[in-house]
Amino acid sequence: MRTAFEIARDVRAGASSAEVEMERSLSAIKARNDELNVFLYIDEEGALALARRVDERVARGEDVGALAGVPIALKDNLCQTGVPTTAGSRILEGWRPPYNATVVELIEQSGAIVMGKTNMDEFAMGSSTENSAFGPTKNPLDPSRVPGGSSGGSAAAVAAEMTPISIGSDTGGSIRQPAALCGIVGVKPTYGLVSRYGLIAFASSLDQIGPFAKNVTDAALLLEVIAGHDPRDSTSLPEPAPSLVAHVEDGVKGQRIGLVRELYDGADPHVVASVQAAAEALREAGAVIQELSVPEFRLGLSAYYLIGPAEASSNLARYDGVRYGLRVGADDVTAMNEATRTAGFGAEVKRRIMLGTYALSAGYYDAYYGQALKVRTLMIDAFANAYQKVDLLLGATTPSVAFNFGSKTSDPIAMYLSDVYTIPTNLAGDAAISVPFGTGEAGLPVGVQLLGPGRSEARLFAAARVLEVAGGSS
Amino acid sequence: MTMPEGWEMVVGLEVHTELKTTTKMFCGCANAFGAEPNTNVCPVCLGLPGSLPVLNRRAVDLAMAIGFALHSKVGFSTFHRKNYFYPDMPKNFQISQYDLPINSGGYLDLPDGTRVSIERAHLEEDTGKTTHLGGSGRIHGADRSLVDYNRSGVPLVEIVSGPDIRSSAQARAYVSELRGILIASGASDGRMEEGSVRVDANVSVRRAGEPYGTRCEIKNLNSLRSLQRAIDYEALRQVELLESGRAVRQETRHWDEDSGETSTMRVKEEAEDYRYFREPDLVDLVPDEAWKEGVAGSLGALPAERRARLRSRLADPSSAQLDALDVVIDLGFDDLVITAINDNIDGALALARAVNELAAAESVELLTPEAFVETLAMEQRGELSATQAKTVLGELLAHGGDPRAIAAAKGFEQLTAGSLAATVDSLIAEHPDEWARYREGDDKLAQFFIGLVMKSTSGQADGKAVVAELRARR
Repeated sequence: MRTAFEIARDVRAGASSAEVEMERSLSAIKARNDELNVFLYIDEEGALALARRVDERVARGEDVGALAGVPIALKDNLCQTGVPTTAGSRILEGWRPPYNATVVELIEQSGAIVMGKTNMDEFAMGSSTENSAFGPTKNPLDPSRVPGGSSGGSAAAVAAEMTPISIGSDTGGSIRQPAALCGIVGVKPTYGLVSRYGLIAFASSLDQIGPFAKNVTDAALLLEVIAGHDPRDSTSLPEPAPSLVAHVEDGVKGQRIGLVRELYDGADPHVVASVQAAAEALREAGAVIQELSVPEFRLGLSAYYLIGPAEASSNLARYDGVRYGLRVGADDVTAMNEATRTAGFGAEVKRRIMLGTYALSAGYYDAYYGQALKVRTLMIDAFANAYQKVDLLLGATTPSVAFNFGSKTSDPIAMYLSDVYTIPTNLAGDAAISVPFGTGEAGLPVGVQLLGPGRSEARLFAAARVLEVAGGSS
Repeated sequence: MTMPEGWEMVVGLEVHTELKTTTKMFCGCANAFGAEPNTNVCPVCLGLPGSLPVLNRRAVDLAMAIGFALHSKVGFSTFHRKNYFYPDMPKNFQISQYDLPINSGGYLDLPDGTRVSIERAHLEEDTGKTTHLGGSGRIHGADRSLVDYNRSGVPLVEIVSGPDIRSSAQARAYVSELRGILIASGASDGRMEEGSVRVDANVSVRRAGEPYGTRCEIKNLNSLRSLQRAIDYEALRQVELLESGRAVRQETRHWDEDSGETSTMRVKEEAEDYRYFREPDLVDLVPDEAWKEGVAGSLGALPAERRARLRSRLADPSSAQLDALDVVIDLGFDDLVITAINDNIDGALALARAVNELAAAESVELLTPEAFVETLAMEQRGELSATQAKTVLGELLAHGGDPRAIAAAKGFEQLTAGSLAATVDSLIAEHPDEWARYREGDDKLAQFFIGLVMKSTSGQADGKAVVAELRARR
């Protein structure tokens, strides 16, 4: 499959057409979507019409944008005017948002063409897409295994070469973990770099939208398009989008990179070996590798599973059957709310709503939610201390390669542990990238993770690019 | 009402005021009363999935103005979510302020010299409005419920007094004075009947010197009269309970204007658990010194000060005039009255025209101070009768314009002081006998001369002015 960079270049130059690129994408989807269950919604005709419009604009000599004619898939928790948006939940089945997420507007302005919405764990709660109300997505590299989650559909779309790039959201690892399991690049940007306006919230203080791509340059290109201040998101960073593509080839010469024990401890031996090999590759490219221990990272998971559910319990209160989505009738409003929520939410969502409600309750707040906030502060301080010593951190993205369906569904804690290395970044509001490096069990790809402080995306892309080159892929 | 011997009532008031902003608190929808249901709505104030709040700067201006007027500590504050389910609350949480309100502490001095402490005056968003149809007419057991979200997200300030109020009359004076402040600061139109100002009363009773008793919260107080009646009823109810050896149960009670009674709305077995936590979609509200000074500096004179200023310009006012003075302050006509007094208009006349003609008008926007003063001067000089002056004012209020031109157009003959004097002189000359008897003290003959003047001026003269002319010649 051609990269987004190549497609946009050729479409703009008239060497290819958006329509041809879209047809290629649609036929790749047709070939495997029934098998893999990647898309919840595909707008074939709409996408082709938009593609032809791009071609007309090119023909008129207009500047169509950085992603001219590039097919792109959206995680189904992003609002797009008139397009069914479910967040993987029955409770939103049939709902069509009357407005566009900021990210959708930016993507459309860049000339890219949104052709569909991808499967996900319900309300982004999960690490395998097994929590989707619409059936799991299968890993294109081995359909007996999960693609990771919660943005499993968007990761699979790119891995199956259905679209060169896609959009996900990352609350505790939901971009990086599926990127690792599907053998592609996934970025969790600095909190506030990408507007959350129009992203169906799971945990507002942790959620961040980011790109999936086959390679580092495409990921940087897409992030440049979707980043930048948005007055509709109060937590949006004040500055315009940073320049990223221009720094992809900057290398790591002189960069100090900390290899953090807590970010690979407990991982499969293949994964540990890949992380060590990545450290070696970065050293060879001129980085200074320093072994570090950040014990606070071990506290991240517990804090995350209080803060995330607490915010979710409030964010998901609006799904009550009164205004939109599912309504299960009953004798009065309270009974209707209850019946709707009982029928509309899946088990994991209910579990987290209960956890979060409990953690915020009078008498328990201090011991649970309050304590978790203190841990979050510790985490922020721990990162800040680490970044006194080094420029970036290195570790694994996940403890294992893609796992089999059903292997963790009966044990929520085992599932939660898939995100143990990715969660600290969300708690701190920092940036991180997962890039494929080496292989593990059954020849499946391993993802290594590079972590940086807020606004360090350019350096992260440069370091990830070094690994990409050393790892042998494009 | 006086309390039964040995008993004291303790009252604290929560006053909610809608802020007079152009747009809502967190979105650009119009903040307007009386529009077609669900027309002033958007994804944000409907709480649609993915929408995010952005704080209205003007709402903060007005909230701070209230704080400065109440001598509060104004500054750094944060927003929290107050979580509970109700169908007219689209997110099933209300964005409010909790432990760090924008205004904390303060006091309000009442005209009788007493002082009521202010605990806080915080910002929050209003809910929509539900109408229950058929069946019970309440949320449970109604046939149908209709929700109008036009009010959803309208900015509110909740002003919480200390438990310092000791009589229903004092409670009334507090709300009345507070309304004056809200109107004067431009924060609210102060209309209780439209729900712009809503009052909840916390009432308890105790024997003198004892600790506070159990309190009940009374809702649905839509006028100053209801407030006063409800507090009296409730205090007596509690005294009767206690005197008969029963206990007051902590509960929320509903005031019924028709029956003149309060009744149980819901019992507070334990404090409701709203699971307050920091609103993660908003950032800290940190008004800098320049912003605060700007607001404080633009705050005009407050009612107490304005009342004293106008009072000092009235010579020996009657109690009716003192009542009129309160109305004039409330309606903001005091500057107009003082301008007139400065231009040698009699204070009583200016007050009377303001409290009658101006107060009755829908708007005084078209009436310039110059036109007001000129009309009154013409009346005072006898160029217009009282009836004519009122007609001219009515015309000025409705259409604006020049009082002389209006008087001329209406055919009110220009009866200048000079021409009245000349008329009186010539009539005296024509009736020497009657004049002699008048000069000797027969006041009845004043009527004779008034009749002559009226006849010769076709009723345009002012009786009082004629008497003044006659007296001047006696």
